[in-house]
Amino acid sequence: MASVKIPKPLPTLPEDWNSESNFIVHAPLSPAVHRNLSPAGPHFLAHARRKRHSRTFSEDDRIQAQQNVKNVEDEDAGEISEAESPVLLSRDPKDWKNQDHYAVLGLSKYRYKATEEQIKKAHRKKVLKHHPDKKAAVGAVDDDSFFKCIQKAMEILSDPVKRRQFDSVDEGANRDPPSKKSKGNFYKGWGPVFESEGRFSRKQPVPKLGDDKSIKAEVEEFYNFWYNFDSWRTFEYLDEEVPDDNENRDQKRYIQRKNNASRAKRKTEDTARLRKLVDDALSLDTRIKKFREEEKKLRNAKKDAREAEEKRLAEEARIKAEEDKKRKEEEEAREKAQKADSKKAREAAKNAVKKNRRVLKGSVKDVNYFASGDATPAVIDRVLGEVELVISKIDNEDLQTLARNLSGTRGADAIKSTWVEAVGELVKKGNAKVEDFKVFTS
Amino acid sequence: MSGNASPSPPASPEIDDGTKTVIGIAFGNTTSSIAYTTPDGKAEVIANEEGDRQIPSVLSWVGSEEYHGTQAKSHLIRNAKNTVAYFRDFLGKKYSEIDPTNSHNSAHPLDVDGVPSFNLQQADDETVSTVSINEITTRHLIRLRDSASDFLGRKVTGAVITVPTDFSDTQKEALVAAAKAGELEVLQIIHEPVAAVLAYAARRTPEAQGVDRNILVADLGGTRCDAAVVASRGGMYTILATAHDYGLGGLRLDEVLVNHFSKEFIKKHKVDPGNERSLAKLRLEAEGTKRTLSLGTSATISIESLADGYDFHSTINRLRYELSAKKVFDQVVSLVENVVKKAELDLLDIGEVILSGGTSHTPKIASRIAALFPDSVPVNAPATLTTALNPSELSARGAAIQASLIAEFDKEDIEQSTHPAVTVAPHLSHPIGVVIGEDNSFQTILEAQTAVPARRIAQFDVQADGDVIVRICEGIREIVVEKVERQVNVIAEAAIRGAKRGGKVEVTINVGSDLGLNVAARVIGTQIGVRGEVKPEAGSAQ
Ligand SMILES: Nc1ncnc2c1ncn2[C@@H]1O[C@H](COP(=O)(O)OP(=O)(O)OP(=O)(O)O)[C@@H](O)[C@H]1O
Ligand SMILES: [Mg+2]
Repeated sequence: MASVKIPKPLPTLPEDWNSESNFIVHAPLSPAVHRNLSPAGPHFLAHARRKRHSRTFSEDDRIQAQQNVKNVEDEDAGEISEAESPVLLSRDPKDWKNQDHYAVLGLSKYRYKATEEQIKKAHRKKVLKHHPDKKAAVGAVDDDSFFKCIQKAMEILSDPVKRRQFDSVDEGANRDPPSKKSKGNFYKGWGPVFESEGRFSRKQPVPKLGDDKSIKAEVEEFYNFWYNFDSWRTFEYLDEEVPDDNENRDQKRYIQRKNNASRAKRKTEDTARLRKLVDDALSLDTRIKKFREEEKKLRNAKKDAREAEEKRLAEEARIKAEEDKKRKEEEEAREKAQKADSKKAREAAKNAVKKNRRVLKGSVKDVNYFASGDATPAVIDRVLGEVELVISKIDNEDLQTLARNLSGTRGADAIKSTWVEAVGELVKKGNAKVEDFKVFTS
Repeated sequence: MSGNASPSPPASPEIDDGTKTVIGIAFGNTTSSIAYTTPDGKAEVIANEEGDRQIPSVLSWVGSEEYHGTQAKSHLIRNAKNTVAYFRDFLGKKYSEIDPTNSHNSAHPLDVDGVPSFNLQQADDETVSTVSINEITTRHLIRLRDSASDFLGRKVTGAVITVPTDFSDTQKEALVAAAKAGELEVLQIIHEPVAAVLAYAARRTPEAQGVDRNILVADLGGTRCDAAVVASRGGMYTILATAHDYGLGGLRLDEVLVNHFSKEFIKKHKVDPGNERSLAKLRLEAEGTKRTLSLGTSATISIESLADGYDFHSTINRLRYELSAKKVFDQVVSLVENVVKKAELDLLDIGEVILSGGTSHTPKIASRIAALFPDSVPVNAPATLTTALNPSELSARGAAIQASLIAEFDKEDIEQSTHPAVTVAPHLSHPIGVVIGEDNSFQTILEAQTAVPARRIAQFDVQADGDVIVRICEGIREIVVEKVERQVNVIAEAAIRGAKRGGKVEVTINVGSDLGLNVAARVIGTQIGVRGEVKPEAGSAQ
């Protein structure tokens, strides 16, 4: 056997290959499917030679070999095709608009769900049974009416457009909603209704009604879907026939207009019908109430929690306000006290200043204004003038110091030198000029 | 041409020296063909005395004279009640199981103890004989055999006959019995799509025949269309799926033209050519027009005295025809799509398409089918591939090839070779391959649906000095725009150490009939290599 050349290289051995052996087995092959080889061609005959060796296979071998072989031909349509009722058999083919095409082909169990393949098979089965040439052969009167029904059914069901038009008005596929009074299970009653309505949906798959265990999101999605239903259902199947002659144009146009109007009307009615149906289901759906109650419970729980929190917050605020008030009162008291204190101090300071000034003035008077005899008014004026000047220039602190120094000093010379020193300080600080002083200079 | 109408074959002029002379027969509802294999191994379709290679499967009687083929077919106009047509599918069936639709314009089948039969005048007096479907078939096969014997100059002793894949065992038994009654031994019955594959395979080298691929065969006949997906693995063929449409075929296209021309005739002459004889004429001529339209872009029709004494002459162009026939073409396309689906494959899994049967001459059908597949997929039909064989001849050629392969087998040999113990084989459910390249892509080495035991060898280049790994996997189909096989489970890994740049690694995978796996990987021309075995899963032995 020739080898096939592969254009791509093999991967390099991974670093982590840590097997002793150069061959690792991971899994066996998946099971095989048994099939029939076509017993033709040179390669098969070579295979047969190898397989046979010199053995002879028996009937038992045949049975055994054929046991699990996959069959590629279709099964008989038997199970998908139903027998016809006498009423069906006696149908008038001209009345095809009112014909149940699925029933005619024996597919009433399947209807819109029937696959193309099923339709073909069912049709063939009916043809084999009802072919008029077969009936004529056994001498039956020339009756091909049911065969015509079969052919009409096939014409419609094998054409996707016509089939949709028929499916749109196929009463047989409708499921009536359970009556209002019905005590039956909601899901069993309504599930099939929505399943059958779902056939008209452009969007597929259609969400299922579900059951008690469905969660809120699913139920909401379900009803949302149905309230926004996008339907392909049309009603031209119920059109009044438009005359096929060229003569009566006006009549033709009139019927066409009428048909268009009734299609639109039916569509509107159908939309309303579906809406009401969904409304009804929704009103009966106990899950809605359940979810509402659950929500209410949840909401109540939240409300309680919220109220407790509010209460807690109010209490907190109250306590805080009380504390604030207390603190404020204390503060005010303290401030008041402080204010009182500082007033006293100010008064004291004022008094002190007055007293100090008195000390300052007294100091020069005590030493008779530094005169050796009686001090003349001019001398007194000068000395007091300079004292006043110092008082006006000196700050409180220096004033106090000076007053203290003067009180502790006796004798005119000592007093005078204290003054000279103080004036010197003043001049040094730049608060007074030395020329203004005649007495208190050295 | 008086000899053609002879009720009994002429005294046989052929040599009967005990040597075996075997042919292939394609037996259709509409036409039949006979073929033989030349001494240098080429299959050739034989023309009968009238020069036809597609011989209408029609028999007709005028008095005691029996007509066959094209002559019999022309009797559908004046002698419809004594003409039997489209009968192949009645054989081996109960009356209740047959569909008589196509017999409407010829002798109607009757229920005679459940056996489909015909009331025919086969004598020069007025007597009516009841002729069973088996007897009709015997007559047909005798006429085919005699035509072949005439041509070959030797008595034909045996034949391989093709049937559709849905032919039941009962039908096959009836066919063998009908042939036997006509002193024709049926060596083997093979399926039409397999015969078509054989016809093409015979033109290829054994090597090319062994290339694995899935072949789609669409057999488009007169009354029915059949499709099959055939897995070709190492030159052996397994039918993976079939689909049938019993109401689709060349007759439907004839009908399209009949309707078209009827309307035109009514417009011109205000006369409806709706009576049986006019319609029969129109049908016959419309078929000819249809065939012309397969070659040219327009065709004429010409019928003398079609209805009420009016002649009819008209022309139709191919576009107009194709427009009217669109629905029929659509159905052919959907049959093809359907069979691929039934095989659980994607259109991209098909590697070759063979169009078989007379209706495959229709250019639009071939191009519509070709449009389903990538350009790289050959669609063997006259309109899409110049190298295509005549689609009308594929079944007969394939049958002739098979006949020559088993000509020397005795009955027992054939029985044993086609015994289910030989034909039934386990087939791989997933492809087996190796992971390669930087992207770790899956390279199939054994395709899915390969019958086991089987062996395949693959060769890889070594790009750099060092150690490489052979990772054997089962693949799963995953289709993205192009065909892609993704690995699913790793079956085994083999390390090859010390490979040299420029070298070649050869990997041999052997799958046993018990699904045990033997792997050998070696660097060609060196001692470097590794072997290993994967035991089958317990209980999966065949
Ligand atoms: N060149 C052509 N172009 C178009 N159609 C053709 C051509 N040649 C033959 N046919 C049509 O092919 C059909 C016959 O096909 P085929 O010979 O494969 O028949 P068959 O296998 O006997 O048919 P059946 O499906 O009835 O068993 C007829 O309808 C015929 O008109
Ligand atoms: Mg055929």
